[in-house]
Amino acid sequence: MGARDVLAGTALDGFSVGECVHEGAMARLYAVSHGATPFPMLMKVPRFGAGESAEMMLAFETEAMILPRLSGPHVPRFVAAGDVSTVPYIVTERIEGSSLDRLLKAPLPADEVARIGAAIADALHAIHSQDVIHLDLKPDNVVMRRDGVAVLVDLALAHHRKLPDLLAQEMRYAAGSAPYISPEQVLGKRSDARSDLFALGVILYELATGKLPFGTPLTLSGLRDRLWMDPAPPRAHVAGMPQWLQEVILRCLEPDAARRYQSAAHVAFDLRNPRQVALTWRATKAGRRRFASQASRWWRARDTYALPRGAKEEPGAAPVIMVAVDTVHPDDPRQPELQRTVRRILSLSGEFRLVCVAVVPAADPGDPAGGRDDPQVEHRIRLRHWLRSLDIEPERVSVHVLEALDAAGALVEFARRNNVDLIVLGAPFSGERALAWWRSVASSVTANAPCSAHVVRVPAATEPV
Amino acid sequence: MGYGADPGAVLDIVAEHAARGAVVVKGNHDDAVATPDHDYYNETAAAAIQWTRAALGESHKRFLSSLPLVAHDEHACFVHASAASPARWEYVDSAGAADRSAAAAAKPYTFCGHVHRQVLYGRDARGRMIAFRPHRGVPIPVRASRGWLAVVGSAGQPRDGDPSAAYALADLEAQSITFHRVPYDCAAAARKIRAAGLPEAIAYRVERGV
Repeated sequence: MGARDVLAGTALDGFSVGECVHEGAMARLYAVSHGATPFPMLMKVPRFGAGESAEMMLAFETEAMILPRLSGPHVPRFVAAGDVSTVPYIVTERIEGSSLDRLLKAPLPADEVARIGAAIADALHAIHSQDVIHLDLKPDNVVMRRDGVAVLVDLALAHHRKLPDLLAQEMRYAAGSAPYISPEQVLGKRSDARSDLFALGVILYELATGKLPFGTPLTLSGLRDRLWMDPAPPRAHVAGMPQWLQEVILRCLEPDAARRYQSAAHVAFDLRNPRQVALTWRATKAGRRRFASQASRWWRARDTYALPRGAKEEPGAAPVIMVAVDTVHPDDPRQPELQRTVRRILSLSGEFRLVCVAVVPAADPGDPAGGRDDPQVEHRIRLRHWLRSLDIEPERVSVHVLEALDAAGALVEFARRNNVDLIVLGAPFSGERALAWWRSVASSVTANAPCSAHVVRVPAATEPV
Repeated sequence: MGYGADPGAVLDIVAEHAARGAVVVKGNHDDAVATPDHDYYNETAAAAIQWTRAALGESHKRFLSSLPLVAHDEHACFVHASAASPARWEYVDSAGAADRSAAAAAKPYTFCGHVHRQVLYGRDARGRMIAFRPHRGVPIPVRASRGWLAVVGSAGQPRDGDPSAAYALADLEAQSITFHRVPYDCAAAARKIRAAGLPEAIAYRVERGV
């Protein structure tokens, strides 16, 4: 056979080309090694030749352009690219792990779905924060590392917000994979990060039910169905599925991107904190809409989607904001200032997720009388009370009580795990600055936070003397 | 030329670069200053060109007249307006105009100004020109096989509400173009324009970038 036998066993630009490990419609993958490189690598060689097309060339160029600009554990590390006009290839790190489609033994239990889904959402958040939208998210393009981290591979159809989109006009070719693509992609839009959240919704649906919400349409009109048709609710397939999971899945699958989650970090957050998911009509939906109602949606979809709306395309437009509240001292004069500041910060964000966190001393496991749930409930109630004056819709807020001796460490770790963009917390009083606890929390959080930290101080004149 | 109060000093710098091998092409205002009895422009521009003509010495004007409308090297074409009709000062402000200019240039890369906003046009798989609004300081890969036209923007009078000077750096070896904006003392430039008695509109545009 053609190129496969020609390349295997040869050397190309210093790479020793090994066996062909995958043969896809667009490209072949070879295991390669290079004297100095200590990790295993893959060489992707596009299948030009008989079926050579300009679009495939563009997709190859797109990947060669975007991969080197991405970093972090959620994409394969870029090593080298060959000249597209002579010997086109891309060499990347070879991920040790299995592609999600091989792991799929759906339906999976809800906690498994949530674990995998949160890992993929983390990966999406990582690339979205680097100005990249994947646009071809599906199980074959997700590789799970052994430590549970998801890696997104095959960026041939990706879009970079700050680079020319070579595929912008290649609607038919660049539309992605039929079961997974979003309604706006069906219409040719390639610049909305929320398209990846729709695809994630399809994957979650598939993991949880073993079925595809929209099947595998083969025609454009079949693809357009998802502009107006609502899929059978996942709980119709899997009776015991928890309501929160159906809520998350159906929110990802909203045909109108503005009604979906607005950030992958928010999806990851909900999947990791199922008890905090605000349940709506989606959670209990038992069947599809009746035909008449679907038909009217179809009629509306013709207009709604005729012109894609302006989307929030800036990364970070839908931040996760975390506020650390001292629920042990609810009457502390700093509380109103903290609330004012949070209100001011939220007023600057069109879409956000506010996460209220209290840290309470870890319950003494040796204390038989210490009911473990009691302090949690008490502090959660206080957090909800604290939130009341902010008047925020429940689906944008969650409350968390962390039990820890090291408050700063617990806050920083929570922020890291949940892709928090900004931590808001109170500064110590001037009189308290000598006290180790306050000082260590505020300064240790600002020093170690994985994101920005906003330290709120009560103006000096109003401090008690 | 025709936008500032320091035409002589600017020309001295440009001529010095030209002497060291820099590519310099003639713009419409340069042409107007160098050509007596030019009556193509509106009142404001005409007043500024009159003033500039008086402010420049003969050698400056000779330098301006000596400039070519178009310059080529192996991979690139440089032109103030459109390579399709350089002397007609056509605005390359659409994919169609970019297509005509790049086709006439017949090089992988065409660089121009005239339109005061930075835009990069590139050919897609079917050879159609697609416009892209570049982000400041972000290197853009530009494969020679594709065909590109860069409107590099204006140093003295950008028209996007930001007065900072616009320029672009192309590394054709690395096949990469980066568009930049750099702040300068535009308040001083506007002050000098007013002090010289040039039309107020010119000072205002320099200050505001409009």
